[in-house]
Amino acid sequence: MKTIILKTASNYLLPLLMLFSFFILLRGHYLPGGGFVGGLIAAIAFVLHAFANGLENTKHLIRIHPGFLMPVGLALAFTSGLAPIFYAGLPFMTGIWFPEPLSVIGMVGSALFFDIGVYLVVIGVSLTIIFTITESA
Amino acid sequence: MLAAILLGFLFSGLLVFTGKFLKGRWAVLSASIPFVLFVYFAQFIGRVSSGEIISQHIVWVPSMGIDLRFVLDGISLIFSLMITGIGFLVFLYTSAYLKNHEYLDRFYGYLGIFMGAMLGIVLSDNVLSLFIFWELTSISSFFLIGFKNKEESSRKSAVLALAITGFGGLFLLAGALILGSVAGTFTISEMLSSKELIANSPHYIIIVAFIFIAAFTKSAQFPFHFWLPGAMKAPTPVSTYLHSATMVKAGVYLLLRFTPVLGSTEFWNSTLIIVGSITMLYAAMHTLFRTDLKGILAYSTISALGILVFLIGLGTKEALLAACVFILVHALYKATLFLVTGIIDHETGSRDITMLSGLRKVLFPVAIAGFLAAISFAGIPPSFGFLGKELIYESTLHYGNSAILITALAIITNILLLYSGFLVGIKPFTGKLPERFSKVHMPSFLMWIPPLILAILCILFGIFPSIIQESLIQPAVTSLGENGGEVHLKLWHGFNTILALSAITIGIGVLLYFLIKPNKKVETAIKKLEFISPKTMTEKFGNGFYYFSTLWTNYFQNGYLRHYVSTIILFLVGVMGYTLLNNTRYRLVYSSFTALTIYEVITFVIMIAGILYTVFTKSRLAAVAALGIVGLTISLIFVYYSAPDLAMTQFSIDTLTVILFVLVLYRLPKYLNLSDIKTRIKDGVLSIAFGGLISILALEVLAEPQGSEISEFYAENAYLLAKGKNVVNVILVDFRGIDTFMEITVLTIAAIGVFALLKLRMTAKERITTGIKK
Repeated sequence: MKTIILKTASNYLLPLLMLFSFFILLRGHYLPGGGFVGGLIAAIAFVLHAFANGLENTKHLIRIHPGFLMPVGLALAFTSGLAPIFYAGLPFMTGIWFPEPLSVIGMVGSALFFDIGVYLVVIGVSLTIIFTITESA
Repeated sequence: MLAAILLGFLFSGLLVFTGKFLKGRWAVLSASIPFVLFVYFAQFIGRVSSGEIISQHIVWVPSMGIDLRFVLDGISLIFSLMITGIGFLVFLYTSAYLKNHEYLDRFYGYLGIFMGAMLGIVLSDNVLSLFIFWELTSISSFFLIGFKNKEESSRKSAVLALAITGFGGLFLLAGALILGSVAGTFTISEMLSSKELIANSPHYIIIVAFIFIAAFTKSAQFPFHFWLPGAMKAPTPVSTYLHSATMVKAGVYLLLRFTPVLGSTEFWNSTLIIVGSITMLYAAMHTLFRTDLKGILAYSTISALGILVFLIGLGTKEALLAACVFILVHALYKATLFLVTGIIDHETGSRDITMLSGLRKVLFPVAIAGFLAAISFAGIPPSFGFLGKELIYESTLHYGNSAILITALAIITNILLLYSGFLVGIKPFTGKLPERFSKVHMPSFLMWIPPLILAILCILFGIFPSIIQESLIQPAVTSLGENGGEVHLKLWHGFNTILALSAITIGIGVLLYFLIKPNKKVETAIKKLEFISPKTMTEKFGNGFYYFSTLWTNYFQNGYLRHYVSTIILFLVGVMGYTLLNNTRYRLVYSSFTALTIYEVITFVIMIAGILYTVFTKSRLAAVAALGIVGLTISLIFVYYSAPDLAMTQFSIDTLTVILFVLVLYRLPKYLNLSDIKTRIKDGVLSIAFGGLISILALEVLAEPQGSEISEFYAENAYLLAKGKNVVNVILVDFRGIDTFMEITVLTIAAIGVFALLKLRMTAKERITTGIKK
């Protein structure tokens, strides 16, 4: 699908969609959104880019194999669950929070890192499956 | 004590790394492990014989009642000393027997695990941990029996032994669980206080029956005995260890251990007496027809185990005393004879009793060991075996009404055992030395010293029974719940009925030895009857089961995805539909429905149009696109009914699904081979049924009384506890975070699966192409 319009548009859409997916991820705690949807949107952004520019270009753009995002995300989610044990002596997966909200982001706590972990895993899983199938087809 | 049990496992684990060094000259060093353990357990003799019970308690899984609770009392001590003591000699013997064997390190590894597991069985005070160690012995013995894994018969025997003992293990688990729930505890020593409760429980028969099946399979009782002769395919040190002192005695141990808890009821006693006597007679008669030394030993072992079960069945104090003594007697002479057989096999290359004779001229110390063990085997004074036999007769003679019958059974068994003892321990060494064996030479001292030590013990304990009377036998009998009275072991009881019976036994037995000569003809004749033996039955059942499961699997796992999907759906429709139709509670309350808006109607029309298009289009891509439309309308409906989170997720998932479908279908050939009209109607009916079912289910859920506490809790506490306003997300990342974590783990596994599957296929393709190029 080498159309010039899609190709040009996708170059602008990729950063925009990425930003949007991150926005969806961050607002999840207060408004509709969250790591899962955010991850899916980011994955769609890359798939769109791959459609317009070819898989090789997208892979080159990401640099690492998307599969690596899966263990990283899992580790992040798991660590955020472990954090309360080490910092506060609370049980596994208890939510702990910084006392003051950050500007733009709002309250930052272990749940946010957990959600980022989910986000990364979802991107990793979707892209791994889609890229692998594209390559093998 | 935990450390003592774990030492065997630790040793095996370390062998993975250090096996290379141990394989060569230093193999004999591995015997230090059982030796250290033997010394460790021996130091408790003083404390245990003074009536102390040594115990250790470690909490393991408190929520399930599994504690690591170990107890060392009289009966455990006897077993621990046998396991480690005979283990020590077997370890020594092996270093010479399997000298420079390629996998000697592995062999020691299996032996180490086996020893640890056996110690675990005899020391556990918790039925569940006992079960775990029980299974570990089954598994490690599988590797030991199948050690010569290049021989098919060896592999077959190993599988058979594992199947039978593993089958029994399942019953042990079931029995232990029921027993634990009846008694309210899994600790055996605590069950003693609720003996009445257990005996009067309606589950008593089931508990006892399950524990019997476990013990009978492990201890090779009729009709589960047939795995034991097959297990003789193992190297001789394994047979020695498994069949004299350990594996097969585990079942006997289990019965002894539960005697104070479950024993002295009609069911317990009569079942054990019947099964024990059938086994001891049946197996003892079988020894008449064998010509292989190990075959004779195998059947005499089964017979001895039958005697033990029989004695436990009698259940009197005299019988339990006889059982405790006979366990030791049997372990000593049987281990000796196995080791002697191993030497004969190792040096002459034959185990055929019709060929072997006159070996005393070349293997004199071995002949002494064989002779002494045979004396004990036969129960001739002044051996330890004589003492054991006297005790058996004493307990059968004093057993109520049927004393004469059971004494007769015991005498016949002992006569036959005497015959087989002479056959194995004396026959190979007497007579003329054939020419071909004249060059046979003595093995390394590591091989002949162990049987000699055991053989000397066979006689020593007979002449001086006081050595073990106070220290081992008395505490063992006490630990079986028989507190009254002292135990007296004596070689000479004066002239009485028992002595007369012994004289009869020895007389007839010796006569039999000189009259019957083992020959091949009888052995082949008896083989013709094998088609009705339990072994053949089991094998036939196994083959039939295998055949059936192949058919079953081929029918359901035929490789067609559509077949899988329709099977699953059909099953769901059947099971769920049946339940739902039988308990329908939903009612359609039309008044509660909100009025349809125009945009809802439009959405539904689009959705139905999408579905119809999907079903009737002739293009794959168009069908996928139409499915996408259906998905998008669903997410619109989510929006109408204020579920924005769901709508967003549905939207993204749907987009990705369509992309995936397109990616896969895009490459398929354009030519469409549509399914025929019959299949389509079948699929259509199934789909409509499933859709209808899901609708009923949804209505059913609505009809459920509203349990709103949970959702109220989430709604109230989302902000207070988790500082979030979006309840859905708070549930996902906080309240039910572990669920989410599991889900992303599953997703990752799925992705790895897809990756591996497709990449693997590609390499296979590459392999094929390179193959063609060659």
